[in-house]
Amino acid sequence: MTTPDKNRTSVRKTSLLIKGGHVVDPAARIDAPMDVLLKDGRVVEVAAPNKTKGGADEKFDARGLIVAPGFIDLHVHLREPGQTHKETIATGTAAAAAGGFTSVCTMPNTIPVVDSVEWVEWLRQPERGAVVNVFAIAAATRSSKGVTLTDFRALQTAGAIAVTDDGKPILDDSVMREALVLGGELNFPVVQHAEDTRMTENCSMHAGARSFRLGLRGMSAAAEASIVERDVQLAMHIPNARLHVAHLSTADALKSVRRGKRAKARVTFEVTPHHFTLTDEDMRDYDSNFKMNPPLRSVSDREAILAALADGTVDAIATDHAPHAAHEKEMEFERAAFGITGLETALALAITRLHREKRIPLARIVELFTAGPARCYDLRGRGSLVRGSVADVAVFDPKKKWTFDAAKSLSKSRNTPFDGWQLTGKVVATVVGGKIVYAG
Amino acid sequence: MFLNYELQIGNSKSTMNPARGSLLGIEHLEAAEILRLLKFARRMNPDKPRPLLRGKRVFLLFYEASTRTRSSFETAAKVMGAHTVLIQSFGSSIEKGESLLDTGYTVRAVGADIIVIRHPNAGAPYVMAQHLDVPVINAGDGLHEHPSQALLDAYTILRNKKTFKGLQIAIVGDIFHSRVARSACHLLSKFGVKIILCGPPELVPEIAATLAPGVRVTRHIEDALRGTDVVMLLRVQTERLAGLKIDLAEYIARYQMNPARLKMAKKDAMVMHPGPIIRGLELTSEVADGAQARILEEVRNGVPTRMAILARAMGKMR
Repeated sequence: MTTPDKNRTSVRKTSLLIKGGHVVDPAARIDAPMDVLLKDGRVVEVAAPNKTKGGADEKFDARGLIVAPGFIDLHVHLREPGQTHKETIATGTAAAAAGGFTSVCTMPNTIPVVDSVEWVEWLRQPERGAVVNVFAIAAATRSSKGVTLTDFRALQTAGAIAVTDDGKPILDDSVMREALVLGGELNFPVVQHAEDTRMTENCSMHAGARSFRLGLRGMSAAAEASIVERDVQLAMHIPNARLHVAHLSTADALKSVRRGKRAKARVTFEVTPHHFTLTDEDMRDYDSNFKMNPPLRSVSDREAILAALADGTVDAIATDHAPHAAHEKEMEFERAAFGITGLETALALAITRLHREKRIPLARIVELFTAGPARCYDLRGRGSLVRGSVADVAVFDPKKKWTFDAAKSLSKSRNTPFDGWQLTGKVVATVVGGKIVYAG
Repeated sequence: MFLNYELQIGNSKSTMNPARGSLLGIEHLEAAEILRLLKFARRMNPDKPRPLLRGKRVFLLFYEASTRTRSSFETAAKVMGAHTVLIQSFGSSIEKGESLLDTGYTVRAVGADIIVIRHPNAGAPYVMAQHLDVPVINAGDGLHEHPSQALLDAYTILRNKKTFKGLQIAIVGDIFHSRVARSACHLLSKFGVKIILCGPPELVPEIAATLAPGVRVTRHIEDALRGTDVVMLLRVQTERLAGLKIDLAEYIARYQMNPARLKMAKKDAMVMHPGPIIRGLELTSEVADGAQARILEEVRNGVPTRMAILARAMGKMR
């Protein structure tokens, strides 16, 4: 399996010393003042302040800041190929860098669907102008139609790190079973967008008191939970199968995942900042910036997710960054596109809601952005600053208060419910392969 | 005015508060404002021209079929001296794929002073109101609200019952798909009316009881009718069922309003229906044409009520 940085020409023969910061690296069990020396695209030293041995061409003053492994987002939509009016790899990864992300995993529901080796390779060509590492998640079935599996082996060899039909589920039991069997043989995660679409036709928000009041048809929690339950059952009975549940949003689905994990099935899952921050009660005046799939759920669903974040069950925070142009959003709520942007607000929402309000330790939050996601898709050499790792670093100020202004977003799109929110925690610098790609 | 419009298009991303005089729903309207509207409506006489809207342009944007609401808004506007322009999805640029907002900007540019909109999607009038600087009146949006219907029903109830105090209403039928029911619940609840929603679970989910204070759900028609002053019947909206299977024979057997059932309500109970009525389904002809029916009176009261709504939109409700 090739790693994306083999293709990168941007690995510079220079060195960078990040000095005076507080290193939080959960995978290496480090939570202390440390200097970090990066050289030739790798981490070469993490040492007590002023104790690094090697010299550096460049220094970065990180006093008062947290120095963490670069963040990894398991779930973004960069909209290439085919929908460059919403986002491009260049603009999406620029937004990622501004959010501290040094690696993003891009979803295959593009036009055309990324279901072939050619498109996986295309995504990773330098012409795309990626600012951070882009890992391709390929389609699990041809054209994501849910019928015939793609060539997992060839896609994996070409560099895809997982397969999914994201945007829609793999509904057919036998197709999902086949995918997990083949994925198990290849040690290749199958990522499921869990939604029984037979139950969610014409639905635009969570089914509950609020959807009834607003006259909007609701997606029941059961539409997610039933698919997750089925998939976990399959994963428990197929040797080596690896199931990753995308954007888990309901308490019931969480119960299935917990059961799978207890049974030692290889089941991982991600939650999004909007699902741990907002509920279905937060949407006002049919604002379609509150419309995404899965939808904002009930208060009890959110509480269950917060509990799972605190107790260590959640593997990763992923944004499900889903940019859309204004004309695709400013319309009748039921007709507006599903999805919101999220790369630039993820860390701040985690610090504001999870750390400051819910007292979840900062180290746990860093883990959810780094070592946790790296484990889900076996991103070797990433998610930690241990010597020899790829020189991907996020430097942030956990106390900095700021106001998010969507108009200044580096994404091509502005569809966020967090415009104008006052948040705490801001990315100060993002380093990819030893090079500073963002400085805030 | 025209310059304003240009500015707005240039800044179409920003949303604004709905213009004063907009009527988007009953839920957020205050009880005092509702009473003001009803009081003013009593002073309106459709047979006497009342040129409060002289020279104004009222645009009726109908994205969905309508007989009563459309003709009654149109009549109300004309009695008040306004010009009316009717735009229906069939035969307009809407058919060619023009977006809701672009249609809104267009009718504003033509010179609309008031926009009355009926739309199959819940919340469509909100989208319009957030981007245009003229009052927007919701003439029914998807399954959400139908505020002018709730007001004319309240007007009709008050004409027959004098006061809301101590009243009990049974709303029987397809609550889930009914914007009339949602608006009626919001309105009557503000005045302490006891509201009983009655029908099978597919049409009257338990969650409907959370709509407003004083609302409860029952499956039994006798339970709904006992001690009831107002019986409101709703049509089963077969066109909106979207896969839902309703056994109409069973519905008729359990919930159809016939003279025998009507006797379970108070002797002077009034029968209401927002229309269109389907004889032989939610009610029998004896009930529809019976002495207790107020169905055509509702239609008649639609005109003065909508005159009040239009006057309020132009700040003339004084």
